[in-house]
Amino acid sequence: MAYGAMMVVSPSSYEEAAAALREASASGKRVRFRGGGTKLDWGNPVPDPEVEISTSRLDRIIDHNAGDLTAVVQAGVPLRRLQDALAERGQMLALDPPPGADDAATVGGILAAGDSGPLRHSYGGPRDLVLGMTVALSDGTIARSGGRVIKNVAGYDLAKLFTGSLGTLGMILEVAVRLHPLPRRTATAIGECDGDPGPVARVASELAHLPLEAERLDAAALSAGRVQAQFAGAAADERAVEAAEVMRRAGLAATVEDGEGMWAAVRSAQRPAGSLVLRVSGLQRQLEAQLGVAGGSSIVARAASGLAWIAVSEGSVEAVESIRRELSPSPSVVLDAPREVREKVSVWGEVTRPAVSLMRNVKSRFDPAGACNPGVFVGGI
Amino acid sequence: MPDLTSELRRICGDDRVVTHPQALRTYESDGLLQYRAVPRIAVLPDDAEEVRRIVTACRDAGVPWVARGAGSGLSGGALPVEEGVLIVLTRLRRILEVDLLDQRVVVEPGVTNLAVSHAVAPTHFFPPDPSSQIVCSIGGNVAENSGGAHCFKYGFTTNYVTGLQLVLADGEVVDVGGKELDVPGYDLVGAFVGSEGTLGVATRITLRVVPRPEATRTLVAFFDHTSEAGQAVSDIVGAGLVPGALEIMDRLSIEAAEGAVHAGYPNDAGAALIVELDGARAECDAAFGDVVSICERNGAAGVRIAEDEAERELIWRARKAAFAAMGRLSPNYYVQDGVIPRTRLPEVLERIDALSREHRLRVANVFHAGDGNLHPLVCYDAAVPGEPERAEELAGLIVAACVEAGGSITGEHGVGVDKKRYMPQMFGEGDLEAFQRLRCAFDPAGLANPGKVMPTPRLCGEVPGPYRQHPLEAAGVAERF
Ligand SMILES: Cc1cc2nc3c(=O)[nH]c(=O)nc-3n(C[C@H](O)[C@H](O)[C@H](O)COP(=O)(O)OP(=O)(O)OC[C@H]3O[C@@H](n4cnc5c(N)ncnc54)[C@H](O)[C@@H]3O)c2cc1C
Repeated sequence: MAYGAMMVVSPSSYEEAAAALREASASGKRVRFRGGGTKLDWGNPVPDPEVEISTSRLDRIIDHNAGDLTAVVQAGVPLRRLQDALAERGQMLALDPPPGADDAATVGGILAAGDSGPLRHSYGGPRDLVLGMTVALSDGTIARSGGRVIKNVAGYDLAKLFTGSLGTLGMILEVAVRLHPLPRRTATAIGECDGDPGPVARVASELAHLPLEAERLDAAALSAGRVQAQFAGAAADERAVEAAEVMRRAGLAATVEDGEGMWAAVRSAQRPAGSLVLRVSGLQRQLEAQLGVAGGSSIVARAASGLAWIAVSEGSVEAVESIRRELSPSPSVVLDAPREVREKVSVWGEVTRPAVSLMRNVKSRFDPAGACNPGVFVGGI
Repeated sequence: MPDLTSELRRICGDDRVVTHPQALRTYESDGLLQYRAVPRIAVLPDDAEEVRRIVTACRDAGVPWVARGAGSGLSGGALPVEEGVLIVLTRLRRILEVDLLDQRVVVEPGVTNLAVSHAVAPTHFFPPDPSSQIVCSIGGNVAENSGGAHCFKYGFTTNYVTGLQLVLADGEVVDVGGKELDVPGYDLVGAFVGSEGTLGVATRITLRVVPRPEATRTLVAFFDHTSEAGQAVSDIVGAGLVPGALEIMDRLSIEAAEGAVHAGYPNDAGAALIVELDGARAECDAAFGDVVSICERNGAAGVRIAEDEAERELIWRARKAAFAAMGRLSPNYYVQDGVIPRTRLPEVLERIDALSREHRLRVANVFHAGDGNLHPLVCYDAAVPGEPERAEELAGLIVAACVEAGGSITGEHGVGVDKKRYMPQMFGEGDLEAFQRLRCAFDPAGLANPGKVMPTPRLCGEVPGPYRQHPLEAAGVAERF
């Protein structure tokens, strides 16, 4: 292997994956894990790794226990393929992040990146859907935690630790996930309003507190301000009509429709191609401020959870800093950004020191050699 | 430990440091009375700062400690260490903030589970609802990742904790997570929840609460046999319905509960299935008819529908009394907490039946049927020679049957001391070593609740090699991350 070139390994078993990781680590190499390759540059910019271990051949759906609403899948299974297979039995994994180019995003990659979409509103994030996880550590250990049943508290919940760790602790090989029934019937209420984001934000907050149990509830500032609420179940239409009524009362133009197109649009607006994207961990009370952020070319807010994805078409360090000031003190992470911006900006924002030093302890216990994706994470981990 | 005792007295005053052996016996067990140990000292701090100082004093003295909430745990998690300090958190019971707009509550760890729901009523509630919710503490819920009757729909404690203030065993205070979701960094909140007091003390807890459902509809259906009730559950789930609660009681537990609370369950019923639907009214109404007909199709001998809150309470009263009521049928009993994939229910129940006959001991079954969490109650009489041993063996075989069926040794009660010997049935050496890495990252000296969870004692080695600094960090750039 020539100096500077990256060696790519595509193991087809867990043992092979663990061995490749162990060898790379033992020879002091830096390793990155690759799923669909849709979020490889998230995190701090780092030099290219010397070794890349791909999950492209770890792509089997091992088990779909429809009766138990669980599945066991290898990390390299593309989410799209998994959803298609589950849908044949009327089920889904309640995870709908932006699918990436060619629907390439894999289950392992989505978990490692901690990405999520509109279904987050009612089903929680990826952390909430994982029942068990098998990982490879840099010393070649293959470790399982959790289980395959929907309820289990035996042992530490290492799956939570690895979810969102951006490949810095080890390689995710396999996960057991909780499934949900695919709703038979859905209906979406959509309310729109130009200009001032106030009315949209107020309606979204009102809906978040009503016991309507929306399946998804987003507020967005795209070409216009918009709030959309999806309902699922036998009475989906009735509830959507009720929500549309709330929207109208607040002066929004409201309709009820099937809405799948609108949800797809929101999903992709979370990550518009070529834009800089900042994910804000805010609070519900901040919704109006999030939607009104100056310079945001498209803004998608998971209205009830305080999470927002703010895209800027001309991404710059100043743009990031000004958004951060505007939404201070909410933490935020730069997801997509041109390399030159990424090199100058603080990707992870401020993180308090004691928490970072605890995270370092975790890193050095799981990956003492520092082989796994070094440098990309919070605090330079 | 004279030095440590006087240091603790300096921190908390004489009244809140207990050293008299008689007084210490109050704390010798948690909810699992089979295990007993008297700590050297018990101390009752008033606030997080006192906890920090206590933990620091223990660190300086090299003395292990155990945190204790309400002591209702069922796995011996709060069992004291004989040479150690017991940190009793019941005085930390302030509700620090109720932020309904953002659907968050910030509490001290000693606040009871029910008090959280009360604090946000009537518009919101805190979904995890262990049967012990009147007494058990949020700190205990966090440590055990407690569940309850409504987890099939709503999930467990871990799905509702967004932030924690922790006192680590080295005396450091660390805030992890926050009111916000997806706070940058490792999900240390997720790693801490369910860690059974072995990673530190949670001194401030931020919880997510949700709007109270618009409607709740409850029924109990009676069957001749648990397998019919089990099939009804499978059909309900198969129809894509997600009830708030799905609970089954078998013949023996009905008999015990009925004797205790007179909820009007027929004494000859072989099984009772409680189904509770909650959510949007239109949705509940639409689904309720389906549930009734599924029960009837599976041979329900009778279906009782709660027409008002009083009738709903009556239906639940039997279920909630089931554990305590076993005392009427048997002087002693063991509660197990195994989980199975729900579809394996019939065969596992048959296996439990067979084991029960072989061991000549009765086993009652109460379970969270939606998520396959069984609570077999193994009845025995400690006064009869040989029975306790047989009961223990039987309980162990039931756990093994759950694991063999692809399940777990514990669904909500935790491993504690009671189930640590079963851990190797679920986890291999590499898996256990990976758990230990987390433990060592938080508490390398092993002072926090030692002897729990892990099947054999383990030490933490030094981290091999220095922490490898990233070039950006070395250059001082990392300061800005
Ligand atoms: C009748 C009965 C019914 C029950 N029903 C259920 C049920 O339906 N579902 C269920 O899940 N459980 C149930 N339980 C078990 C028990 O109530 C729960 O495990 C509960 O969460 C324990 O809370 P506690 O405050 O009593 O904790 P304790 O028993 O005092 O402690 C439990 C563990 O938590 C640790 N701990 C306590 N506080 C802290 C803290 N602040 N920081 C760190 N660690 C801490 C302790 O060290 C110990 O390891 C039941 C128990 C009884 C007696």
